[in-house]
Amino acid sequence: MEKMLEIKNLYVSVEGNEILKGINLSVNTGEVHAIMGPNGSGKSTLAQVLAGREDYEITAGEIFYKGKNLLEMAPEDRAREGIFLAFQYPVEIPGVTNTNLLKTAVNEIRKYNGLESMDALEFLSFLKERMKLVELDQSLLSRAVNEGFSGGEKKKNEIFQMAVLEPKLAVLDETDSGLDIDALRIVANGVNKLRSKDNATIVVTHYQRLLNYIIPDFVHVLYNGKIVTSGGKELALELEEKGYDWVKEHAAELAAG
Amino acid sequence: MIENTFEFKHWFTENFEQFISNLNGESWESVNSLRREAMVNFSNLRLPTVKDEEWKYTNITPILKETFKPVHAKSTIPKDEIEKFLFDDKENILLVFLNGYYVEELSRLKGVLKGVQIGSLAAAIKGNSPLIAKHLGKYADYKEHIFTALSSAYSRDGAIIFVPAGKIVESPIHILHISDAREEKILNLPRNLYVLGENSQASIIEHFVSTEESTYLTNTVTEIFLDRNAVLNHVKIQEESKKAFHIAHVGVDQERSSNFVSHTFLFGAELSRNDYITRFNDEGGECTLNGLYLIDGKRLCDVHSTIDHAMPHCNSHEHFKGILDDESRGVFNGKVLVRKDAQKTNAFQENNNIILSKSALVNTKPQLEIFADDVKCSHGATIGQLDYDALFYLKTRGIGHEKAKAILIHAFASDVVRSVTIENSKSHIENILIQKFDKNLN
Ligand SMILES: Nc1ncnc2c1ncn2[C@@H]1O[C@H](COP(=O)(O)OP(=O)(O)OP(=O)(O)O)[C@@H](O)[C@H]1O
Ligand SMILES: [Mg+2]
Repeated sequence: MEKMLEIKNLYVSVEGNEILKGINLSVNTGEVHAIMGPNGSGKSTLAQVLAGREDYEITAGEIFYKGKNLLEMAPEDRAREGIFLAFQYPVEIPGVTNTNLLKTAVNEIRKYNGLESMDALEFLSFLKERMKLVELDQSLLSRAVNEGFSGGEKKKNEIFQMAVLEPKLAVLDETDSGLDIDALRIVANGVNKLRSKDNATIVVTHYQRLLNYIIPDFVHVLYNGKIVTSGGKELALELEEKGYDWVKEHAAELAAG
Repeated sequence: MIENTFEFKHWFTENFEQFISNLNGESWESVNSLRREAMVNFSNLRLPTVKDEEWKYTNITPILKETFKPVHAKSTIPKDEIEKFLFDDKENILLVFLNGYYVEELSRLKGVLKGVQIGSLAAAIKGNSPLIAKHLGKYADYKEHIFTALSSAYSRDGAIIFVPAGKIVESPIHILHISDAREEKILNLPRNLYVLGENSQASIIEHFVSTEESTYLTNTVTEIFLDRNAVLNHVKIQEESKKAFHIAHVGVDQERSSNFVSHTFLFGAELSRNDYITRFNDEGGECTLNGLYLIDGKRLCDVHSTIDHAMPHCNSHEHFKGILDDESRGVFNGKVLVRKDAQKTNAFQENNNIILSKSALVNTKPQLEIFADDVKCSHGATIGQLDYDALFYLKTRGIGHEKAKAILIHAFASDVVRSVTIENSKSHIENILIQKFDKNLN
């Protein structure tokens, strides 16, 4: 077990508004962390910052990833070093097919790691194999990235991309929301199959439901830009039972410990 | 400046008689009277300045500063020098023009059906082809457009294509207009005439290239007549030298239920001005004008179009896209004229631009003039930057900044390219795009 991610006292502003207010989080290899919290608490902001979104201003704090200063790395280098973000709202890219995106991505990452490009045939069979993992419809491969995909297809597509890119640290931002129970199971299965003792997963979610399938080692509650409480998987159940109002009402106490 | 303006016009008026007397055998009276009439128009018309509404954003002063002169004699170049301009080695029909003159030994005319004429305008004039008297000078107005007047006065050679009624030319006709200005700053005046008879069909690619990145002026006029039910698939690829000037006028007359489909790709030239003027002379016509301009540096690309819905029940679709980098400037002016009797007209127009730098600029103006009441017309213009969210998304997948940009620009351009149906020209355009975008990637 090694330290994979270390977030220290992170403050982030978006368009002049302070959104994250002193986040501390430590993730080791092999672990699954769940981040829960009410709407607008800053979960996606944190996820986007990890991926390197440039218009979010880091006003204080540090992030280390595999011992390196993450904040100095370009988004593409973070991805090449193994960070993957499954977007809460996957972006539609007209004119770029899923296959084309993934082929370019895989080869860019391989190049970064000093490996040869995959040839078209090799790549295609690799894609097909990975597709099974999330039971993705083959026709989505030749369609423009996320364009006209249903909500569920978009989420599946994110996990499919993750399966292809084989990240070390996956950040799943509400990948469960909007999924019916079958789709949820498929997505969770996909994530579980990709888990290993060498990688780590951060699952951002509103609902405990996903955590029945992806069992977290730790649960953190984010409220108003701060992690107000952390615990084991039972914290998610407690949260589900008491609701987010409980967090809001007791934020101050929880923060005080 | 005024002095230069005077000189440009002066030179061509002064040398006109000389030009006429040097034509041997290419000077039947029907053509000469057209040339003379056009010359009168040329002398009477004023060179445009930015004070003219139609030239508001396109300043031609840089053209007038140079002394571009027409070439007087035919020349040729080695075959291997044109290889890079060809689409593939399976091309059956290729017309090569060098500095405006037909080069027979570099051209190919394989499998041309009986009755179909594909070749040199000069030869057709020499042979006193009835097509000339009937069609030349009829579809590109030289009374108002000074550069068209110049082309008409000095018209000498170019491509002529005649497809008789009912014939279908299967092979795409690739017309290569090469400028070779290595020796001197030339004026290249290709004059083209395409006449498609009733129910006939052809695919024509006008391809403008240069031997080197040199300075010259291309002033080209293409006249197109589509008889009833004729279908013309037209592609123009302009890859002139980045130091050259390109002025082009395509004039189209469409008879009943004819279909004109045109795709224009503008990559080259320091300054280019492209006029498309199409007219529906009868009902049921279809006209598609699509295009892409992709420019950088301090270059300027101007597209002006006029679609004249003179008759009812005609459809026009126009979609131009622009990609502008550095300090380049794009001008798009799309005029759609729906005359009083042109009921049941459908006219759609769209112009989308992507600006890649802070200093690039686009002036886009839809100009709908509608005098009929039962019509469907729409237009839209956008000017934007690359989608930041899409760029970030690609980067989070490990794709580097430049490559991510290239992918998005390419995607932006791709629907125009995809709608080209002449396959070999489409792959040529694809390759140009790939080279442009991937230049600093590998
Ligand atoms: N581009 C932006 N400009 C201004 N404010 C923003 C921007 N993006 C997010 N915010 C604000 O930041 C706060 C945190 O948003 P964030 O998306 O991180 O919340 P979240 O916890 O992911 O919420 P949800 O559960 O709805 O996904 C919100 O108040 C939101 O309105
Ligand atoms: Mg969110």
